[in-house]
Amino acid sequence: MSVFAASPGRRVPKWLARHETLLAIILVAALAGLGAFNNRFLTVDNLLNQGRLMTEIGLIALPMTFVIITGGIDLSVGAIVGLSAVMLGYSWKTFGFPLPLAIAFALAVGGLAGFVNGFVITRVKVPPLIMTIATLALYRGLAEGVSQARSVRGYPEWFYGLGQGEWLGVPTQLLLLVVLIVIAGVALDRTTFGRTLYAIGSNETAARFSALDVDRTKVVIYTLSGLASGLAAVVLVSRVTTTRMDMGMGYELDVIAAVVLGGTSIFGGAGTIWGTVIGLVMIQLLKNGLALTGVKGDATIVVIGVALIMSTLIASSLQRRRE
Amino acid sequence: MSAIPVPRLALPRAGIFRRFASQEALLALAVIGLAIAVGFVNPRFLAYRNLADILLGNAYIAIAAIGMSMVIISGNIDISVGALIGVLATVSGSLAVAGAPTLVAWIVPVVLGVLVMAAQGAVVAYLRIPAIVVTLGMMSILKGGLISVTGGKWITDLPQGFHLADLNLLGVPMPVAIMVVATALAALWMRYSASGRAIYATGGNAEAARLCGVNPQRTVVMVFALHGFFAGIATLVYATQLRVIQSTTPPGLELTVITAAVVGGVSILGGVGTVVGATLAAILIAEITSALVFVNISPYWTDSLRGGLILATVIADIVRRRRRASRGRRI
Repeated sequence: MSVFAASPGRRVPKWLARHETLLAIILVAALAGLGAFNNRFLTVDNLLNQGRLMTEIGLIALPMTFVIITGGIDLSVGAIVGLSAVMLGYSWKTFGFPLPLAIAFALAVGGLAGFVNGFVITRVKVPPLIMTIATLALYRGLAEGVSQARSVRGYPEWFYGLGQGEWLGVPTQLLLLVVLIVIAGVALDRTTFGRTLYAIGSNETAARFSALDVDRTKVVIYTLSGLASGLAAVVLVSRVTTTRMDMGMGYELDVIAAVVLGGTSIFGGAGTIWGTVIGLVMIQLLKNGLALTGVKGDATIVVIGVALIMSTLIASSLQRRRE
Repeated sequence: MSAIPVPRLALPRAGIFRRFASQEALLALAVIGLAIAVGFVNPRFLAYRNLADILLGNAYIAIAAIGMSMVIISGNIDISVGALIGVLATVSGSLAVAGAPTLVAWIVPVVLGVLVMAAQGAVVAYLRIPAIVVTLGMMSILKGGLISVTGGKWITDLPQGFHLADLNLLGVPMPVAIMVVATALAALWMRYSASGRAIYATGGNAEAARLCGVNPQRTVVMVFALHGFFAGIATLVYATQLRVIQSTTPPGLELTVITAAVVGGVSILGGVGTVVGATLAAILIAEITSALVFVNISPYWTDSLRGGLILATVIADIVRRRRRASRGRRI
């Protein structure tokens, strides 16, 4: 929207810091509040378990932050999770792939699905929203067709280490998430690639005239989005021990809510990985806190929906006041 | 979004060839051609009972696609409509079972549909939040709210008089009659009335529309309110066909409705399209789904076909627009 709001000048870092500080304060308050209400909440076991549960959403939220910073969106992530999970189970069970190869295959399918999104978005100039709504239907449909709605189970024991094991007392996949958070954060903040994303999001035409390879950057981030969804699928299958074609349904809501709650502008041009991480943690704690106070799972998606709309409203009214 | 829009605000030229090359004519040909082709493979597909079932069972999708077309033509999107129809069906059924007069059970969901959608339209238009965020949030609010309020209970023992869809209008089953009347009225209104044209103007170029004296904000709220109205009517047709109303949202309904609108020729860049095409597309999609069974293809492939269809239409639409735009430059 505004060119000034995203230029790496003096105003932005200050504002971003404020936004994240605000979020962090709310987060601490929420932690204390939930802890006071329920003594099972603030225990190491519970918190580590929540970390395990939020990893799949978190893995996808990292590239989604990139995508939304460029002013795009990817609604097909949940469907890619389903497709990759099915491909993992199908190639292992039906093709007889050894499991490591099946895992690589599932990741490749996820990456390819994301690449197709990025390719059509940049070459044919289909708006990302429409492209990923179409592939949301297509990828979920392929998952359904290939699997014929049959589930796959009975994976070898070692495979469950990723989704259920721990290392030094920390869930394995949480360690994976932390490593990727650091990489994504550094890539966004400290590399040409990362700065290109902000340039595209604040003014795509200007970015093109500045000789930035806009199209290739976009293809890369949508491919990363698919790849992360494939990885999330592998982690998810390992955690729940079964492959089903409806895996990842509705993930797009959680992922986009985490990113937007974390202060990334839905209009593009602004956002940070650290904000996304806080948004992610807040959503998971919200789910957990509500569950512990006896609210059922279906009611929590109401809260996430409200959080998504409210955080966008507040962010955009703050932005308008500044202008 | 991206550039390009070539707002085609003038009425299309009425040459005979042009008429036949239109999206509507292509769809009508596809509907008939597919029926004949499948009929060759399996003649039972052409049985009156089967064709009637296809139309009756999917009329509500065509009706919902009318409102969705308007929303997309105005340059927006709505993915909450499936969840809304689920909620409205439950409201309608609960009222009927609780002993409310039948007319109340029919009217309340329509009014509620208008209110919910108009509210979303107002947030989109006046607070300038993208429709995708508002309707994604609303979808989860409606979906989660429905299940947590009803606990997933089914509504049974609906009173006899509730089943509007079982009635006939001049010998035509009510769902089909409503679909035809609603499509015709909406098509005429969008083509010939000032407020109908304002939808195209807003979707084609909101700033130009404003300079022509159209209020884009008010138009967007109106479009969403109408979309809610048609969602309410669609709910009536859908819910009064059922003997048992499950308190869940029909899965993937919003995608089917969006597919019908887009395949029907509504350009996803806004500004172009007709509701007649959307209705024909809804019928075509239903026909494809039914045909799969008759030619022995697993119905589990339906969704991927639907996805492929929407993708192909979108790409064709954009390529066609670009070609038209470059032809315009040469002249």
